[in-house]
Amino acid sequence: MLGPLCSPDRQSSLHMILAILTLHFVLGIAIVVAGDRLGRRGFAVAALAPALTLIWLVTRAGEAIDGRPTVQTIEWVPQLRLAIDLRLDALGVVMVGLVSGIGLMVCVYALGYFSHPKPGTGRLAGLLTAFAGAMLGVVLADHLLTLFVFWELTSITSYLLIGNDDKNPRARDAALSAILITGAGGLALLAGLVLIGQSAGTYRLSELSSTTPVGATVSVGLVLVLAGAFTKSAQVPFAGWLPGAMVAPTPISTYLHAATMVKAGVYLVARLSPVLADVGIWRIVILVGSAATMVIGGWRALRQHDLKLLLAYGTVSQLGFMMLLFGMGAYDLAQAGVIVLIAHGAFKAALFMVVGVIDHEAGTRDVRKLHGFGAGWRPIVVVTVLAASSMAGFPPLVGFIAKEKGLDAALHGSFVGATFLVVAVVAGSILTFAYSARFVLGVLGRLGTADHDPISRQVDPPTWTFVAPAVLLAAFSILAGLAPVLVDDTVRAATTSLYPDSTPRTVVLWAGFNTAFALSIVIIGAGTALVALRRPVARAQARFHDAVAPIPDSDRVFWAIVTGTLRVAKRSTRIVQNGSLPIYLMVILSVAAIAPLIPAVGALDGLPDFVSTWAHLPIAAVIVIAALGAAAVRRRIAAALMLGAVGFAMAAFYVVQGAPDLALTQLAIEVLATVLFVLVLRFLPRQFTDPKTTVTSAIRLVIATVVGASVFVLALVSSAARDDVTQQPVSAEMLERSVPDGKGSNVVNVILVDFRGLDTLGEITVLVVAGLGMVSLGRLSRRSRTDGGSPFERLPVVDTSANLLYGSILVLSLYFLFAGHNQPGGGFVGGLTAGAAISLRYVAGGISAVRNALRLKPWTVLGGGLLISATTAVVPLVAGQQLLEHADLEADLPLLGTLKVTSALPFDVGVYLVVIGIVLMAYEAFGDDAESDGEQRSGAPAPAEVVGR
Amino acid sequence: MTVLVAFVAAVLFGCGTWLLMQRRLTRIIIGIGLLGHGANLLLVAGGGRPGRAPIIGADGAGEFADPLPQALALTAIVITFGITAFLLGLGYRSWQLTQDDQVEDDVEDLLIARLEARGSSSEPTPPEHLPATDFEVTRPEVDPRSESTP
Repeated sequence: MLGPLCSPDRQSSLHMILAILTLHFVLGIAIVVAGDRLGRRGFAVAALAPALTLIWLVTRAGEAIDGRPTVQTIEWVPQLRLAIDLRLDALGVVMVGLVSGIGLMVCVYALGYFSHPKPGTGRLAGLLTAFAGAMLGVVLADHLLTLFVFWELTSITSYLLIGNDDKNPRARDAALSAILITGAGGLALLAGLVLIGQSAGTYRLSELSSTTPVGATVSVGLVLVLAGAFTKSAQVPFAGWLPGAMVAPTPISTYLHAATMVKAGVYLVARLSPVLADVGIWRIVILVGSAATMVIGGWRALRQHDLKLLLAYGTVSQLGFMMLLFGMGAYDLAQAGVIVLIAHGAFKAALFMVVGVIDHEAGTRDVRKLHGFGAGWRPIVVVTVLAASSMAGFPPLVGFIAKEKGLDAALHGSFVGATFLVVAVVAGSILTFAYSARFVLGVLGRLGTADHDPISRQVDPPTWTFVAPAVLLAAFSILAGLAPVLVDDTVRAATTSLYPDSTPRTVVLWAGFNTAFALSIVIIGAGTALVALRRPVARAQARFHDAVAPIPDSDRVFWAIVTGTLRVAKRSTRIVQNGSLPIYLMVILSVAAIAPLIPAVGALDGLPDFVSTWAHLPIAAVIVIAALGAAAVRRRIAAALMLGAVGFAMAAFYVVQGAPDLALTQLAIEVLATVLFVLVLRFLPRQFTDPKTTVTSAIRLVIATVVGASVFVLALVSSAARDDVTQQPVSAEMLERSVPDGKGSNVVNVILVDFRGLDTLGEITVLVVAGLGMVSLGRLSRRSRTDGGSPFERLPVVDTSANLLYGSILVLSLYFLFAGHNQPGGGFVGGLTAGAAISLRYVAGGISAVRNALRLKPWTVLGGGLLISATTAVVPLVAGQQLLEHADLEADLPLLGTLKVTSALPFDVGVYLVVIGIVLMAYEAFGDDAESDGEQRSGAPAPAEVVGR
Repeated sequence: MTVLVAFVAAVLFGCGTWLLMQRRLTRIIIGIGLLGHGANLLLVAGGGRPGRAPIIGADGAGEFADPLPQALALTAIVITFGITAFLLGLGYRSWQLTQDDQVEDDVEDLLIARLEARGSSSEPTPPEHLPATDFEVTRPEVDPRSESTP
């Protein structure tokens, strides 16, 4: 289990990473199973997982920050370089801290939020835990494919979380939108990761940094990877699903759409940028796409009345910001990115929690309906101001440090597009400042309108446990801002883990009067102006949106694609799936006949002999005439008898061909099949009364002819191909080994019960299933009746001769069974012969005579046979040999002489019983009884007793 | 394989196909029987020229016939019998229900075909137009476009 990467000193915690992940999934599933029995208490149980993760993180974080990551490798398919590689480095510490830290807060918060839980709340807690496990997997995976698996797990669990309220059509639509967009991105990501992994020669993230993958493959691969990252992190043009996902309960939105899942794309870009930023169009795509995301997200956030939607669009904007910082491939920008990652997690989670608290207490989060809160709400107001200031980049909060650092690094950027980056970040930050201010004003009630009653002032303040998580997060925002030394080590180590050769500078609150600070002043000034002039700004925005309304946005395009696909699917289904079996068959058969015909005609190389033996001629004549007759006649019984005639002629053909076993089998089958046909067809109308539809008949005739022609050509081509093969046929060895290894001289039987015994075992299983199906269908309505059908007359002549013949035919069948290993015969032939004997009993005495014959239930015989064969096959396994391994036993018995018993015999006995069983089943299913005097004579139980149960 | 045998197989397949495409279950069953015979014929005849029965130690001269196709065909014969028996069970059941063995068009397929082209999933309401709360007292108003049932 231990990979080569694991040095001995880390072995103590080797399996801890895997244990942590497993804990999340097991706990999550357990909570889902417990479901509403736990209700909101599910979140208390769920809190266990992030709490334990944090404890573990504390024990490992020191080493990871010192540059000694914890590594775990579980080899899977070394030849394919497939392994489950897990690794905790400094950036991992940051991400795990975010995922589990905020996860813990959310669990506590949810306890307050779901004070009146609806059905499904318990499931929500379980899914949240499983999601957290998947997210931890993403940030701990060191193998690109391991990462991908967890990535998809986050998509799936988030789909379930968004759509948890499955009775709400909006939740379903939002979940569908999320899974379709992130799922499509996931597929692109997989392709991209494989392309990059193959080009780089390694799938390990930690080894990727020492490679320089270049070339067209990588250029294509990175675009696909970006498609995955952009869909996951809601970048333009794939941002539409994120605001829609706000239909989820606020604790879920807090966790998924603020702190964790949407950051997966950012995280992936952060990991790959050091290697890929200079390759292909990586940087251009991110510059354009994420700058647009940052500005458009901020612009739309400014227009929202719903506080939660404001935050959603704000998140889109911030994700664009992070993408820009991490995607350029510059270490100082990435360092700013790490700070934003931390700062954003704290302030955005706090703000979402505030929204949830307001919604929970006031029943709305529409700023137009909020008119400020009473005195008890002061903690919430303080949290709002602090967290929003951090979001706005206002000193002395940690958000200010992050933005300042980003601006500074962008100003010093040495890549093409650095200036554009500065402009984009400044524009986005102005909007961010403005919507942050709008959020604060909304909470303070300054945006409330007169046409709504100022009810919010009378609303009771929330309990302190409900507010505590948000308070803690806001406190972190201010503490980390005032004392950046708290996060400095971690941030620098995380940066070095991405850029090993870099020397990141210390994180400080005050970096002096520089250009970045001047830009911050501009941002704050312009942002304040936007807020002060909010009415004209809103009017201008509305005019702008009215003007661009005809242009479909990405959301409308997405749904047009979805509905269009469904419409096309339904139309084509109507044509293709029309419900008519003949039409389905016509299509299938035409393709099956024509497709191979085209190459086969080309391969046809002259005709072989017309006949090999003249004995074939009369047989062929019978088969052809009978087959055509079966296709043409309009009487049911006649058609069945024609089929029987074909069968008897086939038996003759087998004799000529040198296949006595086949001939015997075919003969016995024909007898039984004919009886079966008669048993069933006697119920059905005498004639086929198909309406004569000439057009379809002509089409059928054409298809039938084409199929025939195709078979003709294929038969000639394939048999010619066989003659060309110079190697010995497989059966040559079977002929040689039959006696020494199989202990039987009938090679066909040895093949059936020994060389290819597993096939036979499968085959008799099919027979058993068919028999069970048949008897279930046949007996379905019989239970309601007292008798098995209309009794028929007993004839003394038949009675007597049947009694005489029954025994002798049964003996013959046993002979076939026991001699079959060395002479023509075997289990199949024996069983079918016994079936013929049973048929005689039926003819004489009806179903009760058949029942009397064996006194065993048909299904007992059928299942018993299968059991015997299967046991024979499995016994060698117990003895440590192979399945169906041959064994034999020789014994001298008095009177009988030397008896040789091979393991093939019990196997064949099983086959024998299965075949008898199916014949018994057939009579049980379709048979009638003879007149009742027969019962009296034989003393059999009345059939009603047996059947009527 | 000779031309004659190939021709016989072609006739068996042609007639079997013809019957398979009919509406009567009985004819379909007989068609399957003919197809089975055709397949076995190809299998055994394709295995080589006629020969001595592959029983070692038995009297006779000449080459053995190939035993492997025979074993395969033997399996196929018995399986075809099992299928025939099962299909006859279906025919019997069909008679119990409808007094006939007509294979009707699949009802579910027809229902699917009749589904209106307008789907159950149309463009949902933009989030801006949804109520700004998780705690709706009244039942959420249902968007008629997203609730059309098939």
